Amino acid sequence: MEQIGILEGRQKQIFEKRKGTTQPDIACDTSSLSGSVSQRACVFCGSRVVLYPVADAIHLVHGPIGCAAYTWDIRGAVSSGPELHRLSFSTDLQEMDVIYGGEKKLYKSLIELIEQYKPKAAFIYSTCIVGLIGDDIEAVCKKVARETGIPVLPVHSEGFKGTKKDGYKAACHALMKLIGTGSTEDISKYSINILGEFNLAGEAWIIRQYYEKMGIEVVATLTGDGRIDAVRRAHGATLNVVQCSGSMTWLAKEMEEKYGIPYIRVSYFGIEDMSKSLYDVAVKFPDRPDIMEAAKQIVSEEVKTLYPSLQKFKKALTGKKAAIYVGGAFKTFSLIKALRSIGMSVVLAGSQTGNQDDYTRLKEMCDEGTVIVDDSNPVELSKFILEKGADLLIGGVKERPIAFKLGIGFCDHNHERKIPLAGFIGMYNFALEVYQSVMSPVWQFAPRKGGSL
Amino acid sequence: MKHEHAKTATQNACKLCNPLGACLAFRGIENCVPFLHGSQGCATYIRRYLISHYKEPIDIASSNFHEESAVFGGSHNLKIGLKNVSDQYKPDVIGVATTCLSETIGDDVPMILREYKKEFKNGTPMPILIHASTPSYQGSHIDGFHAAVHASVKALAEKKSRREMINLFPNMVSPADLRYLKEILEDFGVPYMLLPDYSQTMDGGPWGEYHRIPPGGTPASTIVSSGNAKASIEFGSTIETSKSAAEHLDIMFGIPAYHLPLPVGINGSDRFFDLLETLTGKKRAEKYEDERRRLVDAYADGHKYVFEKRVIIYGEEDLVIAMTAFLREIGMVPVLCASGGKSGLMKKRIEELVPDMDELGITVREGVDFVDIEDEAKVLKPDFLIGNSKGYTMSRKNEIPLLRLGFPIHDRFGGQRMHHLGYRGTQELFDRIVNTVIEQRQNASSIGYTYM
Repeated sequence: MEQIGILEGRQKQIFEKRKGTTQPDIACDTSSLSGSVSQRACVFCGSRVVLYPVADAIHLVHGPIGCAAYTWDIRGAVSSGPELHRLSFSTDLQEMDVIYGGEKKLYKSLIELIEQYKPKAAFIYSTCIVGLIGDDIEAVCKKVARETGIPVLPVHSEGFKGTKKDGYKAACHALMKLIGTGSTEDISKYSINILGEFNLAGEAWIIRQYYEKMGIEVVATLTGDGRIDAVRRAHGATLNVVQCSGSMTWLAKEMEEKYGIPYIRVSYFGIEDMSKSLYDVAVKFPDRPDIMEAAKQIVSEEVKTLYPSLQKFKKALTGKKAAIYVGGAFKTFSLIKALRSIGMSVVLAGSQTGNQDDYTRLKEMCDEGTVIVDDSNPVELSKFILEKGADLLIGGVKERPIAFKLGIGFCDHNHERKIPLAGFIGMYNFALEVYQSVMSPVWQFAPRKGGSL
Repeated sequence: MKHEHAKTATQNACKLCNPLGACLAFRGIENCVPFLHGSQGCATYIRRYLISHYKEPIDIASSNFHEESAVFGGSHNLKIGLKNVSDQYKPDVIGVATTCLSETIGDDVPMILREYKKEFKNGTPMPILIHASTPSYQGSHIDGFHAAVHASVKALAEKKSRREMINLFPNMVSPADLRYLKEILEDFGVPYMLLPDYSQTMDGGPWGEYHRIPPGGTPASTIVSSGNAKASIEFGSTIETSKSAAEHLDIMFGIPAYHLPLPVGINGSDRFFDLLETLTGKKRAEKYEDERRRLVDAYADGHKYVFEKRVIIYGEEDLVIAMTAFLREIGMVPVLCASGGKSGLMKKRIEELVPDMDELGITVREGVDFVDIEDEAKVLKPDFLIGNSKGYTMSRKNEIPLLRLGFPIHDRFGGQRMHHLGYRGTQELFDRIVNTVIEQRQNASSIGYTYM
């Protein structure tokens, strides 16, 4: 087989854990190398994924049609009520707009859409071209807000102005403008916000239920099943519980600074981390031992039913090898633990947007021989999958065909998934999905398993 | 019908952006990497969108603009990107398509490519660089598709000696359609160039090892020889002359260009086969006569189910036009023919194929989105909708069945293997249409007939 090389500009973003070697830092937090076919998207994508689940706001993409078309109803983020987030609105800029400016079109679009859909707020996303033609989006938003009486929030998400992470920040910036504008009356002292949980396949509902069972009030979920009014009063919560740290840590820090709300980082994937995320919250309310008791109760009940049901999967999957390539590095920690709990080892772990701390921790966690990558691409992923003999790839839509072409199983752990993977029930679903894909008899026909080409 | 609200913004677009079409077309050239000159997001979104339909790995490179590139021009990034793609993919061809970003800052891509060739020439063979201008603020994905095909021919075609060869520009059709077209051309025993040909790259077999670029596609050398062909056939009804690859070959090398609507339906397919017979001087193979006979027979068997059924058809203009003619030949009434495209030609072209369209109450609307179509659907109350997956939202909301065809099919399996063209494609479409009616009837019946 042909040796696959690594591009010169990429070598510092790849690391293989070996005994006795020095541990150089992985280069990360950089923009993608031109021509490397990064699996990342852009600033706009970062903003769009964070704000997307806010269901009673309209999301207007200011730019040519593509950015709106490709993000229409794209996430599995479900709502218990309004579903404005599932509509795609674009100013659909044409050549003349590019020449003469798109402000008028933006203003007219906004006034009409707000009249038609009566949203609680509007998010206006700037795309690449808006950053070039110099539309004064702030001014248009202010004017429309004044005239319609609802918050109209510009999101500065021009695609080329940074990486996906900058898009997260732009989205958080827009959210910060809302937070603090609602009443915090009647909010319990024993309350939290759930940050970085997007209610994919109803995951936020599962998590929320656990906390509520513990006697904790959930003020706002940012942004899963999101509502503008809930976001407005989020500053009334006592604690911020942050998942998907890549997107929401910035918001948590801002809220800590401005409102004195402390935050903790959690993960809802796998038995270990899910349990810990309940205990870690309970610890923060020491004057209410019943909260901790309730947390223990939930964990023990859930594990009692879950653990035996996982054994069938573990038996089948023990010794199988997994490769992980997801958006944020924080998720990989949980996935490694979750995979270990069903007998699998991890031979490749990587993310699009992990930071230095993440990768340091990842190095500590991983077994010897595991490859760690930042901002990888299809060529590299395939190289390591083949070299390491992985049986499973965990990733998103763009990674899926790589796995299937090479004849290995795949688990979709990205934002399009339709099956909840968070919570205790999520661990069951995860194990089931991994089992169903890895153990399928169809791989007998794959060339790497001896099938013909 | 007028929208009940004033409508400036596009809501649930019935089109995609220009670069998407270019990427797909470049995927149909052998050993070619599509390359978008713009932000990283464009490439990633388009990959994701195409993968969800074709279920194939689709590597699209990006020059990955930063703020400096937007201020000082993207030349540096484009060159580094080309170098990296050349190193990592070892392509024969790189198809560079622009985006709104690089077009707006006014990067002179042809000049940058010339500079690149000079600066990076070091003895090793350099990939062929093709450039298509595809600003997203103009037209839609179909324009990008034609732009890439046109650019490829423009960059490569040469005239040496006239050959018994036919060029076929099939338009944006499915991999299954492309395979069928190749089979037809091969059965006629005529050398041909089919451009693009993503029948294998977008619908291929398993891999034993990693392929940087999947096998398949029209070889660059074949595109070079397209300048020697005796004729070009181009499917499509609304392609502007200046954007037509067939017209380019006619103007440059005097190769006669034959424009046909997409060959859907018996009449449409007849036109295509007749033309092939004329151009090759050979009769079509018996198996196509058989296909046609079976189709005529199926029309007879199924005619009562479909007669005067009213449907809304939407999608790319060329597909809608061809489908409209087909629906008329089986007695159906496409009460609305809609497209997000805006050539200004759709009504005229439909009228040429269906002269009594006004009497039949067929309306044509260009430049619409799915909210416009939904508003129309509420009034027109069609029996079902025909188009891509993106009509599902309005289909579900208004309880109107949807028959899926074209691109994208994101909520059903096998969109890449669906046939639309020729007798075989028409047969498949006809069966599916009849079954849609039967299923609807069966479900609506309180009796539960087992024979329908």
